[in-house]
Amino acid sequence: MAFQTLLFYLFGTVLLAAATAAVTLRNMVHAALSLILSFFTAAMLWMLLEAEFLSILLVLVYIGAVLVLFLFVVMMVERHTPTVHRRRNYRIVASAVAAVMVAELGMALLAPDFSPAAQPPPAPLEYSNTKALGSVLYTDYALAFEAAAVALLVAIVGAIALTLRVRPDHHRQNPARQSRVRKQDRLRLTDGRSEPPC
Amino acid sequence: MPDWMADLSVWLRVGEILLGAMLILLPLLAVVAYYTYAERKVVGFIQMRLGPSRVGPRGLFQPIADVLKLLTKEVVLPAQASRGLFLVAPLAALVPALGAWAVVPFDDGLWLANIDAGLLYVLALTSLGAYGIIIAGWASNSKYALLGAMRQAAQVVSYEIAMGFALVGVLMLSGSLNLAAIVQAQSGGILDWFFLPLLPLLLVYLVSGVAETNRLPFDVVEGESELVAGFHVEYSGSAFAVFFLAEYSAMILISALTAILFFGGWLSPFEGTQLAQAVPVLDSGIHWWLLKTAFFMFCFLWFRATFPRYRYDQIMRLGWKVFIPVTLIWIFVLGAARYTGFTG
Repeated sequence: MAFQTLLFYLFGTVLLAAATAAVTLRNMVHAALSLILSFFTAAMLWMLLEAEFLSILLVLVYIGAVLVLFLFVVMMVERHTPTVHRRRNYRIVASAVAAVMVAELGMALLAPDFSPAAQPPPAPLEYSNTKALGSVLYTDYALAFEAAAVALLVAIVGAIALTLRVRPDHHRQNPARQSRVRKQDRLRLTDGRSEPPC
Repeated sequence: MPDWMADLSVWLRVGEILLGAMLILLPLLAVVAYYTYAERKVVGFIQMRLGPSRVGPRGLFQPIADVLKLLTKEVVLPAQASRGLFLVAPLAALVPALGAWAVVPFDDGLWLANIDAGLLYVLALTSLGAYGIIIAGWASNSKYALLGAMRQAAQVVSYEIAMGFALVGVLMLSGSLNLAAIVQAQSGGILDWFFLPLLPLLLVYLVSGVAETNRLPFDVVEGESELVAGFHVEYSGSAFAVFFLAEYSAMILISALTAILFFGGWLSPFEGTQLAQAVPVLDSGIHWWLLKTAFFMFCFLWFRATFPRYRYDQIMRLGWKVFIPVTLIWIFVLGAARYTGFTG
Protein backbone atom coordinates (compact mmCIF):
# COMPACT_ATOMS: atom_id res chain seq x y z
CA MET A 1 0.00 0.00 0.00
CA ALA A 2 2.86 2.37 0.87
CA PHE A 3 4.44 1.89 -2.54
CA GLN A 4 1.14 2.85 -4.12
CA THR A 5 0.98 6.02 -2.04
CA LEU A 6 4.39 6.95 -3.39
CA LEU A 7 3.18 6.34 -6.95
CA PHE A 8 0.04 8.35 -6.24
CA TYR A 9 2.02 11.42 -5.21
CA LEU A 10 4.36 11.02 -8.17
CA PHE A 11 1.51 10.83 -10.69
CA GLY A 12 -0.41 13.55 -8.87
CA THR A 13 2.52 15.95 -9.11
CA VAL A 14 3.07 15.22 -12.80
CA LEU A 15 -0.66 15.58 -13.48
CA LEU A 16 -0.90 18.98 -11.79
CA ALA A 17 2.26 20.25 -13.47
CA ALA A 18 1.13 19.04 -16.92
CA ALA A 19 -2.37 20.44 -16.51
CA THR A 20 -0.98 23.81 -15.43
CA ALA A 21 1.38 23.80 -18.40
CA ALA A 22 -1.50 22.95 -20.75
CA VAL A 23 -3.32 26.19 -19.88
CA THR A 24 -0.32 28.49 -19.43
CA LEU A 25 2.11 27.59 -22.24
CA ARG A 26 2.16 30.04 -25.17
CA ASN A 27 3.13 27.53 -27.83
CA MET A 28 -0.02 25.68 -28.91
CA VAL A 29 1.78 22.43 -29.73
CA HIS A 30 3.54 22.42 -26.37
CA ALA A 31 0.20 23.05 -24.65
CA ALA A 32 -1.42 20.17 -26.56
CA LEU A 33 1.43 17.84 -25.64
CA SER A 34 1.08 18.82 -21.98
CA LEU A 35 -2.61 18.02 -22.22
CA ILE A 36 -1.67 14.57 -23.55
CA LEU A 37 0.73 14.06 -20.65
CA SER A 38 -1.92 15.08 -18.13
CA PHE A 39 -4.42 12.63 -19.69
CA PHE A 40 -1.84 9.88 -19.52
CA THR A 41 -1.04 10.48 -15.85
CA ALA A 42 -4.77 10.63 -15.10
CA ALA A 43 -5.04 7.19 -16.72
CA MET A 44 -2.23 5.98 -14.44
CA LEU A 45 -4.14 7.29 -11.40
CA TRP A 46 -7.22 5.35 -12.53
CA MET A 47 -4.99 2.30 -12.78
CA LEU A 48 -4.04 2.79 -9.12
CA LEU A 49 -7.77 2.86 -8.32
CA GLU A 50 -8.04 -0.64 -9.86
CA ALA A 51 -10.06 0.70 -12.79
CA GLU A 52 -7.79 -0.93 -15.40
CA PHE A 53 -10.37 -1.10 -18.14
CA LEU A 54 -11.30 2.59 -17.99
CA SER A 55 -7.66 3.52 -17.64
CA ILE A 56 -6.56 1.65 -20.76
CA LEU A 57 -9.59 2.93 -22.62
CA LEU A 58 -8.64 6.51 -21.75
CA VAL A 59 -5.21 5.91 -23.28
CA LEU A 60 -6.59 4.07 -26.30
CA VAL A 61 -9.45 6.41 -27.22
CA TYR A 62 -8.42 9.84 -26.02
CA ILE A 63 -4.65 9.75 -26.30
CA GLY A 64 -4.39 7.21 -29.11
CA ALA A 65 -7.03 8.68 -31.40
CA VAL A 66 -8.75 11.93 -30.34
CA LEU A 67 -5.65 13.83 -29.29
CA VAL A 68 -3.67 12.63 -32.32
CA LEU A 69 -6.21 14.45 -34.49
CA PHE A 70 -6.18 17.39 -32.08
CA LEU A 71 -2.41 17.67 -32.37
CA PHE A 72 -2.75 17.30 -36.13
CA VAL A 73 -5.01 20.39 -36.25
CA VAL A 74 -2.88 22.42 -33.85
CA MET A 75 0.24 21.73 -35.92
CA MET A 76 -1.50 22.92 -39.08
CA VAL A 77 -2.31 26.36 -37.69
CA GLU A 78 0.25 29.10 -37.87
CA ARG A 79 3.23 28.88 -35.64
CA HIS A 80 2.94 32.44 -34.34
CA THR A 81 0.59 32.33 -31.40
CA PRO A 82 -2.11 34.96 -31.80
CA THR A 83 -2.10 37.71 -29.21
CA VAL A 84 -4.92 37.08 -26.81
CA HIS A 85 -7.12 40.09 -26.18
CA ARG A 86 -7.83 40.20 -22.50
CA ARG A 87 -11.20 41.80 -22.16
CA ARG A 88 -12.69 42.55 -18.81
CA ASN A 89 -16.07 40.93 -19.35
CA TYR A 90 -14.44 37.67 -20.40
CA ARG A 91 -12.55 37.63 -17.16
CA ILE A 92 -15.75 38.08 -15.16
CA VAL A 93 -17.49 35.24 -17.00
CA ALA A 94 -14.43 33.03 -16.65
CA SER A 95 -14.13 33.64 -12.92
CA ALA A 96 -17.84 32.92 -12.47
CA VAL A 97 -17.53 29.61 -14.31
CA ALA A 98 -14.40 28.72 -12.34
CA ALA A 99 -16.12 29.58 -9.04
CA VAL A 100 -19.08 27.35 -9.88
CA MET A 101 -16.73 24.49 -10.80
CA VAL A 102 -14.68 24.86 -7.62
CA ALA A 103 -17.88 24.91 -5.54
CA GLU A 104 -19.18 21.76 -7.27
CA LEU A 105 -15.89 19.95 -6.84
CA GLY A 106 -15.77 20.96 -3.18
CA MET A 107 -19.28 19.65 -2.62
CA ALA A 108 -18.38 16.38 -4.29
CA LEU A 109 -15.16 15.97 -2.32
CA LEU A 110 -16.81 16.74 1.01
CA ALA A 111 -19.56 14.21 0.36
CA PRO A 112 -19.36 11.03 2.49
CA ASP A 113 -18.57 8.96 -0.64
CA PHE A 114 -15.12 10.53 -0.76
CA SER A 115 -14.16 10.13 2.89
CA PRO A 116 -11.33 7.66 3.60
CA ALA A 117 -13.83 5.50 5.49
CA ALA A 118 -15.90 5.04 2.32
CA GLN A 119 -12.99 3.36 0.49
CA PRO A 120 -14.09 -0.08 -0.66
CA PRO A 121 -11.93 -3.08 0.26
CA PRO A 122 -9.49 -4.09 -2.50
CA ALA A 123 -11.08 -6.42 -5.01
CA PRO A 124 -10.06 -10.10 -4.95
CA LEU A 125 -7.29 -11.10 -7.34
CA GLU A 126 -9.50 -12.93 -9.83
CA TYR A 127 -12.03 -10.09 -10.03
CA SER A 128 -12.32 -8.88 -13.63
CA ASN A 129 -12.97 -5.19 -13.96
CA THR A 130 -13.66 -5.56 -17.68
CA LYS A 131 -16.23 -8.30 -17.23
CA ALA A 132 -18.03 -6.45 -14.43
CA LEU A 133 -18.29 -3.28 -16.49
CA GLY A 134 -19.46 -5.19 -19.54
CA SER A 135 -22.19 -7.07 -17.72
CA VAL A 136 -23.53 -3.88 -16.11
CA LEU A 137 -23.44 -1.92 -19.39
CA TYR A 138 -25.30 -4.58 -21.35
CA THR A 139 -27.93 -5.39 -18.71
CA ASP A 140 -28.80 -2.64 -16.21
CA TYR A 141 -27.83 0.28 -18.43
CA ALA A 142 -28.52 -1.25 -21.84
CA LEU A 143 -31.00 1.45 -22.81
CA ALA A 144 -28.74 4.36 -21.84
CA PHE A 145 -25.83 2.65 -23.57
CA GLU A 146 -27.79 2.25 -26.79
CA ALA A 147 -29.06 5.83 -26.59
CA ALA A 148 -25.46 7.04 -26.38
CA ALA A 149 -24.55 4.88 -29.37
CA VAL A 150 -27.44 6.32 -31.41
CA ALA A 151 -26.40 9.85 -30.43
CA LEU A 152 -22.88 9.14 -31.71
CA LEU A 153 -24.27 7.71 -34.95
CA VAL A 154 -26.37 10.84 -35.48
CA ALA A 155 -23.25 12.93 -34.87
CA ILE A 156 -21.30 10.95 -37.47
CA VAL A 157 -24.06 11.28 -40.07
CA GLY A 158 -24.41 14.97 -39.24
CA ALA A 159 -20.68 15.61 -39.61
CA ILE A 160 -20.61 13.89 -42.99
CA ALA A 161 -23.75 15.71 -44.16
CA LEU A 162 -22.27 19.08 -43.16
CA THR A 163 -18.93 18.59 -44.89
CA LEU A 164 -20.02 16.66 -47.99
CA ARG A 165 -19.96 18.96 -50.97
CA VAL A 166 -20.57 17.67 -54.46
CA ARG A 167 -18.58 19.82 -56.82
CA PRO A 168 -19.17 19.60 -60.57
CA ASP A 169 -15.47 20.06 -61.36
CA HIS A 170 -14.47 17.30 -58.99
CA HIS A 171 -12.27 14.60 -60.50
CA ARG A 172 -12.52 11.20 -58.92
CA GLN A 173 -10.62 7.98 -59.24
CA ASN A 174 -12.39 4.81 -60.20
CA PRO A 175 -10.19 2.11 -58.71
CA ALA A 176 -12.12 -0.71 -60.38
CA ARG A 177 -11.52 0.82 -63.81
CA GLN A 178 -7.91 1.58 -62.95
CA SER A 179 -7.11 -1.97 -62.04
CA ARG A 180 -8.92 -3.36 -65.10
CA VAL A 181 -6.47 -1.60 -67.41
CA ARG A 182 -4.41 -4.03 -69.46
CA LYS A 183 -1.24 -3.57 -71.43
CA GLN A 184 -3.11 -3.39 -74.74
CA ASP A 185 -5.07 -0.35 -73.56
CA ARG A 186 -2.03 1.80 -72.94
CA LEU A 187 0.83 0.39 -74.97
CA ARG A 188 1.24 0.13 -78.73
CA LEU A 189 4.25 -1.62 -80.20
CA THR A 190 5.54 -0.32 -83.51
CA ASP A 191 8.14 -1.75 -85.82
CA GLY A 192 10.68 0.93 -84.91
CA ARG A 193 10.31 3.23 -87.94
CA SER A 194 9.32 6.80 -87.27
CA GLU A 195 5.68 7.55 -87.89
CA PRO A 196 4.01 10.80 -88.72
CA PRO A 197 2.35 12.22 -85.62
CA CYS A 198 -1.30 11.25 -85.56
CA MET B 1 13.31 4.89 8.27
CA PRO B 2 10.00 5.65 6.51
CA ASP B 3 7.66 2.71 6.34
CA TRP B 4 7.64 2.48 2.54
CA MET B 5 11.30 1.49 2.62
CA ALA B 6 10.62 -1.09 5.27
CA ASP B 7 8.17 -2.68 2.89
CA LEU B 8 10.92 -4.73 1.30
CA SER B 9 8.75 -7.26 -0.49
CA VAL B 10 7.32 -4.55 -2.73
CA TRP B 11 10.79 -3.46 -3.78
CA LEU B 12 11.83 -7.06 -4.35
CA ARG B 13 8.84 -7.40 -6.65
CA VAL B 14 9.89 -4.23 -8.49
CA GLY B 15 13.38 -5.66 -8.92
CA GLU B 16 11.94 -8.91 -10.18
CA ILE B 17 9.86 -7.05 -12.79
CA LEU B 18 12.89 -5.04 -13.92
CA LEU B 19 14.90 -8.25 -14.28
CA GLY B 20 12.07 -9.83 -16.30
CA ALA B 21 11.94 -6.76 -18.54
CA MET B 22 15.70 -7.07 -19.16
CA LEU B 23 15.28 -10.75 -20.03
CA ILE B 24 12.76 -9.75 -22.70
CA LEU B 25 14.42 -6.59 -24.01
CA LEU B 26 18.01 -7.80 -24.44
CA PRO B 27 17.09 -10.75 -26.71
CA LEU B 28 14.67 -8.41 -28.50
CA LEU B 29 17.48 -5.97 -29.28
CA ALA B 30 19.63 -8.81 -30.61
CA VAL B 31 16.73 -9.99 -32.78
CA VAL B 32 16.20 -6.46 -34.12
CA ALA B 33 19.90 -6.24 -35.06
CA TYR B 34 19.79 -9.52 -36.95
CA TYR B 35 16.36 -8.76 -38.38
CA THR B 36 17.96 -5.90 -40.32
CA TYR B 37 20.57 -8.36 -41.58
CA ALA B 38 17.86 -10.85 -42.52
CA GLU B 39 15.96 -8.11 -44.28
CA ARG B 40 18.92 -7.21 -46.46
CA LYS B 41 19.70 -10.86 -47.19
CA VAL B 42 16.09 -11.82 -47.98
CA VAL B 43 15.39 -8.77 -50.13
CA GLY B 44 18.75 -9.33 -51.79
CA PHE B 45 17.83 -12.94 -52.54
CA ILE B 46 14.45 -11.93 -53.97
CA GLN B 47 16.09 -9.28 -56.15
CA MET B 48 18.93 -11.67 -57.16
CA ARG B 49 21.65 -9.80 -55.28
CA LEU B 50 23.97 -11.03 -52.55
CA GLY B 51 23.11 -8.60 -49.78
CA PRO B 52 25.73 -7.77 -47.14
CA SER B 53 28.71 -10.08 -47.58
CA ARG B 54 31.85 -8.20 -46.53
CA VAL B 55 31.87 -7.88 -42.73
CA GLY B 56 32.60 -11.28 -41.22
CA PRO B 57 31.63 -14.64 -42.75
CA ARG B 58 28.68 -14.11 -45.12
CA GLY B 59 28.37 -10.61 -43.75
CA LEU B 60 27.21 -11.86 -40.39
CA PHE B 61 28.88 -9.04 -38.45
CA GLN B 62 27.22 -6.36 -40.57
CA PRO B 63 24.61 -5.41 -37.90
CA ILE B 64 27.36 -4.89 -35.32
CA ALA B 65 29.25 -2.64 -37.71
CA ASP B 66 26.02 -0.72 -38.41
CA VAL B 67 25.30 -0.23 -34.71
CA LEU B 68 28.86 1.01 -34.08
CA LYS B 69 28.60 3.40 -36.99
CA LEU B 70 25.26 4.82 -35.83
CA LEU B 71 26.39 5.22 -32.22
CA THR B 72 29.58 7.06 -33.10
CA LYS B 73 27.97 9.50 -35.53
CA GLU B 74 27.01 12.96 -34.39
CA VAL B 75 23.37 13.75 -33.61
CA VAL B 76 22.81 16.91 -35.64
CA LEU B 77 20.31 19.37 -34.22
CA PRO B 78 18.68 21.37 -37.02
CA ALA B 79 18.65 25.15 -36.65
CA GLN B 80 15.43 26.38 -35.00
CA ALA B 81 14.32 22.87 -34.18
CA SER B 82 12.32 22.51 -31.01
CA ARG B 83 15.30 21.17 -29.09
CA GLY B 84 13.68 19.27 -26.22
CA LEU B 85 10.93 17.71 -28.32
CA PHE B 86 13.40 16.81 -31.06
CA LEU B 87 15.31 14.66 -28.60
CA VAL B 88 12.23 13.27 -26.82
CA ALA B 89 10.57 12.11 -30.06
CA PRO B 90 12.73 9.00 -30.67
CA LEU B 91 12.08 7.87 -27.10
CA ALA B 92 8.36 8.52 -27.48
CA ALA B 93 8.45 6.16 -30.47
CA LEU B 94 10.54 3.51 -28.75
CA VAL B 95 8.92 3.22 -25.30
CA PRO B 96 5.44 2.06 -26.47
CA ALA B 97 6.98 -0.39 -28.95
CA LEU B 98 8.99 -2.00 -26.13
CA GLY B 99 6.37 -1.59 -23.38
CA ALA B 100 3.78 -3.68 -25.22
CA TRP B 101 6.04 -6.73 -24.79
CA ALA B 102 5.18 -6.80 -21.09
CA VAL B 103 1.96 -8.73 -21.66
CA VAL B 104 3.05 -11.04 -24.50
CA PRO B 105 2.79 -14.70 -23.39
CA PHE B 106 5.72 -16.70 -24.75
CA ASP B 107 4.78 -20.09 -23.36
CA ASP B 108 2.26 -21.51 -20.91
CA GLY B 109 3.08 -19.58 -17.73
CA LEU B 110 5.99 -17.67 -19.29
CA TRP B 111 5.08 -13.98 -19.31
CA LEU B 112 6.04 -10.80 -17.52
CA ALA B 113 2.49 -9.69 -16.72
CA ASN B 114 -0.75 -11.59 -17.17
CA ILE B 115 -3.18 -8.71 -17.07
CA ASP B 116 -6.87 -9.06 -17.67
CA ALA B 117 -7.21 -6.46 -20.41
CA GLY B 118 -3.96 -7.47 -22.14
CA LEU B 119 -5.27 -7.08 -25.66
CA LEU B 120 -6.52 -3.54 -24.96
CA TYR B 121 -3.20 -2.71 -23.35
CA VAL B 122 -1.32 -3.75 -26.48
CA LEU B 123 -3.72 -1.83 -28.69
CA ALA B 124 -3.39 1.28 -26.50
CA LEU B 125 0.39 1.17 -26.51
CA THR B 126 0.71 0.61 -30.25
CA SER B 127 -1.54 3.63 -30.79
CA LEU B 128 0.80 5.72 -28.63
CA GLY B 129 3.68 4.96 -31.01
CA ALA B 130 2.24 7.53 -33.43
CA TYR B 131 3.26 10.37 -31.14
CA GLY B 132 6.97 9.77 -31.57
CA ILE B 133 6.63 10.26 -35.29
CA ILE B 134 4.28 13.25 -35.07
CA ILE B 135 6.50 15.01 -32.53
CA ALA B 136 9.60 14.25 -34.61
CA GLY B 137 7.96 15.69 -37.70
CA TRP B 138 6.92 18.87 -35.99
CA ALA B 139 10.04 19.42 -33.88
CA SER B 140 12.39 19.04 -36.87
CA ASN B 141 11.18 22.34 -38.34
CA SER B 142 11.30 20.85 -41.82
CA LYS B 143 8.61 20.70 -44.49
CA TYR B 144 9.40 17.12 -45.46
CA ALA B 145 9.35 15.91 -41.90
CA LEU B 146 6.07 17.66 -41.14
CA LEU B 147 4.42 16.24 -44.27
CA GLY B 148 5.58 12.77 -43.30
CA ALA B 149 4.19 13.20 -39.80
CA MET B 150 0.82 14.37 -41.14
CA ARG B 151 0.55 11.35 -43.40
CA GLN B 152 1.48 9.12 -40.49
CA ALA B 153 -1.18 10.57 -38.20
CA ALA B 154 -3.91 10.09 -40.82
CA GLN B 155 -2.75 6.59 -41.71
CA VAL B 156 -2.42 5.31 -38.16
CA VAL B 157 -5.78 6.67 -37.03
CA SER B 158 -7.48 5.10 -40.07
CA TYR B 159 -5.93 1.67 -39.76
CA GLU B 160 -6.25 1.51 -36.00
CA ILE B 161 -10.03 1.31 -36.38
CA ALA B 162 -9.84 -1.62 -38.77
CA MET B 163 -7.28 -3.28 -36.52
CA GLY B 164 -9.47 -2.85 -33.45
CA PHE B 165 -12.50 -4.29 -35.26
CA ALA B 166 -10.43 -7.27 -36.44
CA LEU B 167 -9.54 -7.96 -32.82
CA VAL B 168 -13.22 -7.80 -31.81
CA GLY B 169 -13.59 -11.07 -33.74
CA VAL B 170 -10.84 -12.63 -31.63
CA LEU B 171 -12.64 -11.48 -28.49
CA MET B 172 -15.93 -12.94 -29.66
CA LEU B 173 -14.42 -16.38 -30.20
CA SER B 174 -12.20 -16.48 -27.12
CA GLY B 175 -14.46 -14.57 -24.73
CA SER B 176 -11.47 -12.92 -23.10
CA LEU B 177 -9.16 -9.92 -23.41
CA ASN B 178 -6.36 -11.82 -21.70
CA LEU B 179 -3.71 -12.90 -24.22
CA ALA B 180 -2.89 -16.17 -22.44
CA ALA B 181 -6.60 -17.04 -22.22
CA ILE B 182 -6.94 -16.28 -25.95
CA VAL B 183 -4.19 -18.82 -26.70
CA GLN B 184 -5.77 -21.38 -24.39
CA ALA B 185 -9.12 -20.91 -26.14
CA GLN B 186 -7.44 -22.13 -29.35
CA SER B 187 -6.20 -25.43 -27.93
CA GLY B 188 -7.15 -28.66 -29.66
CA GLY B 189 -4.95 -28.75 -32.75
CA ILE B 190 -4.46 -26.71 -35.89
CA LEU B 191 -8.16 -26.76 -36.85
CA ASP B 192 -9.11 -25.04 -33.60
CA TRP B 193 -6.86 -22.05 -34.19
CA PHE B 194 -8.67 -18.82 -34.90
CA PHE B 195 -7.23 -18.24 -38.37
CA LEU B 196 -9.88 -20.45 -39.99
CA PRO B 197 -13.09 -18.88 -38.62
CA LEU B 198 -11.46 -15.43 -38.70
CA LEU B 199 -9.75 -15.62 -42.08
CA PRO B 200 -10.98 -12.20 -43.37
CA LEU B 201 -10.14 -10.59 -40.03
CA LEU B 202 -6.67 -12.17 -40.08
CA LEU B 203 -5.96 -10.57 -43.45
CA VAL B 204 -7.29 -7.21 -42.25
CA TYR B 205 -5.19 -7.44 -39.09
CA LEU B 206 -2.00 -8.39 -40.89
CA VAL B 207 -2.32 -5.68 -43.54
CA SER B 208 -3.29 -3.08 -40.92
CA GLY B 209 -0.26 -4.17 -38.93
CA VAL B 210 1.96 -3.48 -41.93
CA ALA B 211 0.28 -0.08 -42.32
CA GLU B 212 0.63 0.75 -38.62
CA THR B 213 4.34 0.08 -38.67
CA ASN B 214 4.73 2.16 -41.87
CA ARG B 215 6.35 -0.66 -43.75
CA LEU B 216 6.22 -1.09 -47.49
CA PRO B 217 3.84 -1.01 -49.31
CA PHE B 218 2.41 1.54 -46.85
CA ASP B 219 5.51 3.62 -46.24
CA VAL B 220 4.25 6.95 -47.62
CA VAL B 221 5.38 8.35 -44.26
CA GLU B 222 8.97 7.93 -45.37
CA GLY B 223 8.32 7.93 -49.11
CA GLU B 224 11.88 8.64 -50.22
CA SER B 225 10.88 9.61 -53.75
CA GLU B 226 8.61 12.40 -52.44
CA LEU B 227 9.68 13.24 -48.90
CA VAL B 228 13.39 12.29 -48.88
CA ALA B 229 12.95 10.27 -45.68
CA GLY B 230 9.79 11.71 -44.15
CA PHE B 231 9.62 12.26 -40.43
CA HIS B 232 13.21 11.25 -39.69
CA VAL B 233 14.85 13.28 -42.46
CA GLU B 234 16.63 15.51 -39.90
CA TYR B 235 17.75 12.70 -37.61
CA SER B 236 21.21 11.19 -37.58
CA GLY B 237 23.38 8.95 -35.43
CA SER B 238 21.91 7.35 -32.34
CA ALA B 239 18.63 9.34 -32.51
CA PHE B 240 18.00 7.81 -35.92
CA ALA B 241 19.00 4.40 -34.57
CA VAL B 242 16.32 4.68 -31.88
CA PHE B 243 13.62 5.29 -34.53
CA PHE B 244 14.93 2.29 -36.41
CA LEU B 245 14.78 0.19 -33.25
CA ALA B 246 11.19 1.32 -32.58
CA GLU B 247 10.05 0.43 -36.09
CA TYR B 248 11.63 -3.01 -36.05
CA SER B 249 10.43 -3.91 -32.56
CA ALA B 250 6.93 -2.86 -33.61
CA MET B 251 7.18 -5.19 -36.62
CA ILE B 252 8.28 -8.07 -34.41
CA LEU B 253 5.45 -7.26 -32.01
CA ILE B 254 2.84 -7.39 -34.77
CA SER B 255 4.27 -10.74 -35.93
CA ALA B 256 4.22 -12.08 -32.37
CA LEU B 257 0.63 -10.94 -31.85
CA THR B 258 -0.52 -12.46 -35.14
CA ALA B 259 0.94 -15.76 -33.98
CA ILE B 260 -0.77 -15.45 -30.59
CA LEU B 261 -4.18 -14.16 -31.67
CA PHE B 262 -4.78 -16.20 -34.81
CA PHE B 263 -2.30 -19.08 -34.83
CA GLY B 264 -2.43 -20.43 -31.31
CA GLY B 265 0.75 -18.89 -29.85
CA TRP B 266 2.82 -21.62 -28.21
CA LEU B 267 0.36 -24.41 -29.16
CA SER B 268 1.54 -27.14 -31.47
CA PRO B 269 -0.42 -27.88 -34.67
CA PHE B 270 -0.21 -31.59 -33.72
CA GLU B 271 -1.59 -30.98 -30.25
CA GLY B 272 -3.41 -33.99 -28.83
CA THR B 273 -2.38 -36.40 -31.60
CA GLN B 274 -0.28 -39.51 -30.97
CA LEU B 275 2.57 -38.00 -32.97
CA ALA B 276 2.89 -35.16 -30.45
CA GLN B 277 2.90 -37.61 -27.56
CA ALA B 278 5.61 -39.74 -29.18
CA VAL B 279 7.97 -36.92 -30.24
CA PRO B 280 8.25 -34.29 -27.46
CA VAL B 281 9.54 -31.58 -29.84
CA LEU B 282 6.26 -31.69 -31.74
CA ASP B 283 4.29 -30.94 -28.57
CA SER B 284 3.35 -27.39 -27.56
CA GLY B 285 6.13 -25.12 -26.41
CA ILE B 286 7.83 -21.78 -26.88
CA HIS B 287 9.56 -23.03 -30.06
CA TRP B 288 6.21 -23.12 -31.87
CA TRP B 289 5.59 -19.50 -30.95
CA LEU B 290 9.09 -18.56 -32.13
CA LEU B 291 8.57 -20.42 -35.39
CA LYS B 292 5.22 -18.75 -36.11
CA THR B 293 6.56 -15.31 -35.19
CA ALA B 294 9.58 -15.82 -37.43
CA PHE B 295 7.28 -16.72 -40.32
CA PHE B 296 5.30 -13.47 -40.00
CA MET B 297 8.52 -11.51 -39.60
CA PHE B 298 9.60 -13.05 -42.90
CA CYS B 299 6.25 -12.00 -44.43
CA PHE B 300 7.05 -8.36 -43.60
CA LEU B 301 10.25 -8.65 -45.67
CA TRP B 302 8.49 -10.58 -48.40
CA PHE B 303 5.83 -7.85 -48.72
CA ARG B 304 8.54 -5.22 -48.91
CA ALA B 305 10.27 -6.92 -51.81
CA THR B 306 7.03 -7.78 -53.65
CA PHE B 307 4.62 -4.85 -53.60
CA PRO B 308 5.12 -1.35 -54.98
CA ARG B 309 4.22 1.54 -52.68
CA TYR B 310 0.55 2.45 -52.50
CA ARG B 311 -0.61 5.91 -53.48
CA TYR B 312 -1.91 7.96 -50.56
CA ASP B 313 -5.56 7.96 -51.74
CA GLN B 314 -5.37 4.20 -52.30
CA ILE B 315 -4.23 3.73 -48.69
CA MET B 316 -7.16 5.75 -47.38
CA ARG B 317 -9.62 3.94 -49.62
CA LEU B 318 -8.36 0.53 -48.54
CA GLY B 319 -8.57 1.43 -44.87
CA TRP B 320 -11.96 3.11 -44.77
CA LYS B 321 -13.90 1.66 -47.68
CA VAL B 322 -12.64 -1.92 -47.78
CA PHE B 323 -11.28 -3.02 -44.41
CA ILE B 324 -13.81 -1.43 -42.08
CA PRO B 325 -16.88 -2.79 -43.97
CA VAL B 326 -15.24 -6.24 -44.20
CA THR B 327 -14.63 -6.35 -40.45
CA LEU B 328 -18.12 -5.05 -39.62
CA ILE B 329 -19.77 -7.68 -41.81
CA TRP B 330 -17.61 -10.47 -40.39
CA ILE B 331 -18.43 -9.39 -36.82
CA PHE B 332 -22.13 -9.78 -37.68
CA VAL B 333 -21.47 -13.18 -39.25
CA LEU B 334 -19.61 -14.28 -36.12
CA GLY B 335 -22.38 -12.97 -33.90
CA ALA B 336 -24.97 -14.90 -35.88
CA ALA B 337 -22.80 -18.03 -35.76
CA ARG B 338 -22.46 -17.78 -32.00
CA TYR B 339 -26.15 -17.03 -31.51
CA THR B 340 -27.24 -20.06 -33.51
CA GLY B 341 -24.66 -22.22 -31.75
CA PHE B 342 -22.65 -22.87 -34.91
CA THR B 343 -19.40 -22.10 -33.06
CA GLY B 344 -18.82 -23.14 -29.46
